[in-house]
Amino acid sequence: MTARNAPAPETVVLDPTAERKPAQRQLLERPGSLDGATIGLLDISKARGDVFLDRLEEQLVARGLRVERFRKPTFTKPAPIDLRHEISTKCDVVIEALAD
Amino acid sequence: MTAATITRPTLSDGLVAVVKRDCPTCALVAPVLADLADRLASTGQTLTVYTQDDPEFPPGVEGVDDLDLDVSYRLEIETVPTLLQIEAGAESARIVGWSRDEWRAFTGCEDLGEDLPEYRPGCGSLTLDPSRADELTVRFQGSTLRSRRVTLAALEDEMEALFDRGWTDGLPVVPPTPVRVLRMLEGTTRAPDEVVAMVPPDLVECTVEKVAINAVLAGCRPEYLPVVLAAVEAACTDDFNMHGLLATTYFSGPVVMVNGPITRAIGMNSGINALGQGNRANATIGRALQLTVRNVGGGVPGGVDRATLGNPGKYTFCFAEDEVGSPWESLSVERGFAADASTVTLFAGEGPRGVVDQLSRTPESLARSLALGLRGIAHPKLALAFDGVLVVSPEHARVFHEAGWTKARLRQEFDELLALDGTELARDAGGITEGMPEFLSGTTVPKFRDGGLLIVHAGGGAGLFSSIIGGWVSGSSGSQPTTLEIRP
Repeated sequence: MTARNAPAPETVVLDPTAERKPAQRQLLERPGSLDGATIGLLDISKARGDVFLDRLEEQLVARGLRVERFRKPTFTKPAPIDLRHEISTKCDVVIEALAD
Repeated sequence: MTAATITRPTLSDGLVAVVKRDCPTCALVAPVLADLADRLASTGQTLTVYTQDDPEFPPGVEGVDDLDLDVSYRLEIETVPTLLQIEAGAESARIVGWSRDEWRAFTGCEDLGEDLPEYRPGCGSLTLDPSRADELTVRFQGSTLRSRRVTLAALEDEMEALFDRGWTDGLPVVPPTPVRVLRMLEGTTRAPDEVVAMVPPDLVECTVEKVAINAVLAGCRPEYLPVVLAAVEAACTDDFNMHGLLATTYFSGPVVMVNGPITRAIGMNSGINALGQGNRANATIGRALQLTVRNVGGGVPGGVDRATLGNPGKYTFCFAEDEVGSPWESLSVERGFAADASTVTLFAGEGPRGVVDQLSRTPESLARSLALGLRGIAHPKLALAFDGVLVVSPEHARVFHEAGWTKARLRQEFDELLALDGTELARDAGGITEGMPEFLSGTTVPKFRDGGLLIVHAGGGAGLFSSIIGGWVSGSSGSQPTTLEIRP
């Protein structure tokens, strides 16, 4: 393995808490219902992801839900922080299309 | 924590030498070691040579490879060459460096090292090399740490990762890696698993190790740890009532006032900007206490911490009393401790406010100014329920000192000036609904309960200002100022 491909070293830290919660971050609680929710549809810029999301949008709108569309500049990199911030402030849930 | 927890290696009786090729003194004594090995072999004794950097060294002696420094570390070798005498499996004596007379006496070989100079100092052992020391500390002492190891993902930014886990007060923290925590624990003689306190609100056992981890987060140096430990212990007493202080909607948080020689030893600030930013000890000790309450006790704003507004001192509020420049006995002495004792005093305080008096040159006039300021704590019409700290600056203290006023004399003056007229304090009096119950009308009500006013001396040499730190609900129904001696 070349140095360029070597994985970044992991950092081990000691837990400063009373260790009452699992060390791994937990997923947010799933919403019980989508009623009244704003749904973000995130296109990661992979080919034909938009086809899938267009169809999802049609179905969600038909159910009376509000939809916001977002698009990552490139599927090769994590979403820019501004985009993540925008999604988290505008939406209650987000659906990400992993198309190919 | 000390190396006492590390087991010594098993060594065969006779002489043991620890050397490294990279050390000129070791190179110098290499022929002596070869000579010594021959001589001892003829008498049935043994010389074992451990070599730290090159198994081929020294030439002519069958060295034992200690490239991983296992033996060197466990023998606590600081200098090479070190020569040890082993009897019945245990070390009975050791010498370091090269001294011809010493080596001759130690080995019993009268003509040893004839061609060598009389004396050469040794070199540092590789175990102390900065590039190796940390790894060795973790290898040999890491197992003494009981806290859960949390592996941050390779792509996580470690600073962001600590925010994400909720371990910070809103400012960045230092990642508490095992080696940093072990270094922090060097600051105390207390065992890592000793329980310091039950930390509210969750009332969980908090060990010295957990405090050390939070001290690392806060940015403390190891020598601050004893102060942090005492502060945590004091905060978690029933008297101080950290639980109530968290849960209250009031402004207050723990204020840490430190007295005694330790304040000078660790470089705390009691002078210019004593209540402000810029001094690492002041800043990080107060922060370490608050991070311990947050992380170990679970006291999080919006959770059990219900403060309406809070105050910036809840990040950190810690300072030292200027004892050297004070005309008076210190807070700690007043509270019954010896003058040479180091103590922490915890006070449930809000943010400091200033009292300006640039004109008074008599103690009477200045005391009146300060009393007016003190009367304002919480509300000028409220009395007895709130303690206070008066931080007297050097220029104000000088006015009292030059007039021969002791601290007791000043207190006596405050008692008189702050004996308030219950009629003025009563609800609705002065057109203000807030106030004391009606039945106190016609009586005299002291602003402070007995022992409710703390006086300390701190600040820069210029400025005719003092400062007042208002308290929270005082006494057994709230918080008692709590002083504890700092133990090493």
